[in-house]
Amino acid sequence: MNIVVLVKQVPDSGSERGLSADDKTVDRGSANNVINEMDEYAIEEALKIQEAHGGEVTVLTVGPQQAAESIRKALSMGPDKAMHVVDDALHGSCALATSKVLAAAIGRLSPDLVISGAESTDGRVQVIPHMIAERLGIAALTGARKLVVDGATLTVERQTDEGYEVVTAATPAVVSVWDTINEPRYPSFKGIMAAKKKPVETLSLADLGIAADEVGLSGASSAVVEAGKRPPRQGGTKVTDEGDGGVKLVEFLASEKFV
Amino acid sequence: MISFELDEEHAALRDSVRQFARDVVAPVAFEHYEQHSFPYEVIRQMGKMGLFGLPFPEEYGGMGGDYFALCIALEELARVDSSVAITLEAAISLGAMPVYRFGTPEQKATWLPRLTSGEALAGFGLTEPGFGSDAGGTQTRALLDGDEWVINGSKAFITNSGTDITAFVTVTARTGTRPDGTPELSTIIVPNGTPGFTVAPGYSKVGWCASDTHELHFDDVRVPAANLLGERGRGFAQFLRILDEGRIAIAALATGLAQGCVDESIAYAHQRHAFGQPIGNFQAIQFKIADMEARAHTARLAYYDAAARMLAGTDFKRQAAIAKLHASEIAVTNAREATQVHGGYGFMNETPVARFWRDAKILEIGEGTSEVQRMIIARDLGV
Repeated sequence: MNIVVLVKQVPDSGSERGLSADDKTVDRGSANNVINEMDEYAIEEALKIQEAHGGEVTVLTVGPQQAAESIRKALSMGPDKAMHVVDDALHGSCALATSKVLAAAIGRLSPDLVISGAESTDGRVQVIPHMIAERLGIAALTGARKLVVDGATLTVERQTDEGYEVVTAATPAVVSVWDTINEPRYPSFKGIMAAKKKPVETLSLADLGIAADEVGLSGASSAVVEAGKRPPRQGGTKVTDEGDGGVKLVEFLASEKFV
Repeated sequence: MISFELDEEHAALRDSVRQFARDVVAPVAFEHYEQHSFPYEVIRQMGKMGLFGLPFPEEYGGMGGDYFALCIALEELARVDSSVAITLEAAISLGAMPVYRFGTPEQKATWLPRLTSGEALAGFGLTEPGFGSDAGGTQTRALLDGDEWVINGSKAFITNSGTDITAFVTVTARTGTRPDGTPELSTIIVPNGTPGFTVAPGYSKVGWCASDTHELHFDDVRVPAANLLGERGRGFAQFLRILDEGRIAIAALATGLAQGCVDESIAYAHQRHAFGQPIGNFQAIQFKIADMEARAHTARLAYYDAAARMLAGTDFKRQAAIAKLHASEIAVTNAREATQVHGGYGFMNETPVARFWRDAKILEIGEGTSEVQRMIIARDLGV
């Protein structure tokens, strides 16, 4: 089974993040950029399927030149090769345009399965897997906490707020995963050394037959008009126990719909 | 010409181990420490990511890295927990390395794949209840009886010798007397479970509480003659080489502890308020942290230099001794200062720097005391 894993480079969610002052896109220049956390789970899932069923795992990244570092790190976990779509015209692309680029690149790889993280920690729109599936005309199994491959049949447990749904589809398909699905491996030194020699194919928009004005800030279907700092956290509610502390606590929890 | 920048691969390894240490090791470190329990699950995961095979070639299940790669990993682990760091250090330097360096093809094929994968551990039985760095005083004896060694004696403070996954202990023993009257020393592999080989209950240690350390007793223990590791009578020379390398590894571990003191102190300086402001605003705290960082930095440079010399194949004995001496002494200083920065909380075992403080002292003792390091340096200088 040939698998494409979508890997996005994002600013480290554990450190201070912001938007560029001029065009209000995610500030990547000053940030500590890392692999989107959820994508590490996607890579792990792809490698586990490969270990059980064979085939090839390809990392696919759309992003600026510096995303090459994240590609190398992804490869050090074990995938066989990578494709990097890099083009200055991509700067500021919306989800729709990004999905177009990803779908075109996936089309060149013709995988049986595309796996991605359920969301990225910068954009957090969760729509890319659906959009790609729609563009490619294949099934989307999203938000998986478990994935079982049986021949050409994929079965996922789709995580919801209430529990989970069991959903199946035939390959080819797109699966997005949450961090409940596995425990990603840490790159070993052997993996790190091997990653240096793995092929990374670099493509431009022209290589994919996409015009520059279809993507980027100018071709975006949405725009950030204004952005501000998250308001500081409000002081909490203090419950003084005068014999009725328990009741007051439950009243508070009920008012916030926790109970 | 001079560069102490890590190359891409070693930097990637450092990042990988750093993340592992933060995500997997740190959250359970206190619990194991408090309960004096061996962290099998952490060790299993370290094996999975190849840490036990770092400096060994792939044909023995290793990662194809070098000894410096091991040092980098030790530093990152010791930044959060010295117990797992020393477990790895001993497993490689004292457990697997003697087999790799001096073993026969059969011994390597039998033992190395299990050791390099972390599925099994091995101990190195050198120190005895009455003798430490003075290995010439070894009292344990091994006599050849037909095609078997018969071993009698005791060993003390042997790391990784009594875990559920310990496969064997390499024992140094007197196998005869040289013509000049000095003892002939050899090293012999004794598998755990061999009749007559008993592992005493774990020690109650001041530090390294989640590492496995035991006294061992050998009472007419019989193992095949083929279990001789390396040349008969070369035991002394063999372990000297092992110790020289081990000093660089301990220096790396000590550097990690010293750096961990900086990490914890910075975090605490931001978080802890006194007199209406974070204590990091006070020069008294700033200067302590600056001094700690300066000490950790110089310790790192010293062990990088010793490792570079060793990998280049040049003489590194003095540099290894300097690195070990310096790193272990500044580790103790940083741990004391970091504890001071933490005030009363620094005296609570659940505060990481309290563990660091307890873990630091042994660094001035194990793998050659500070006094032995000074002796080595002075001798190398011709005095």
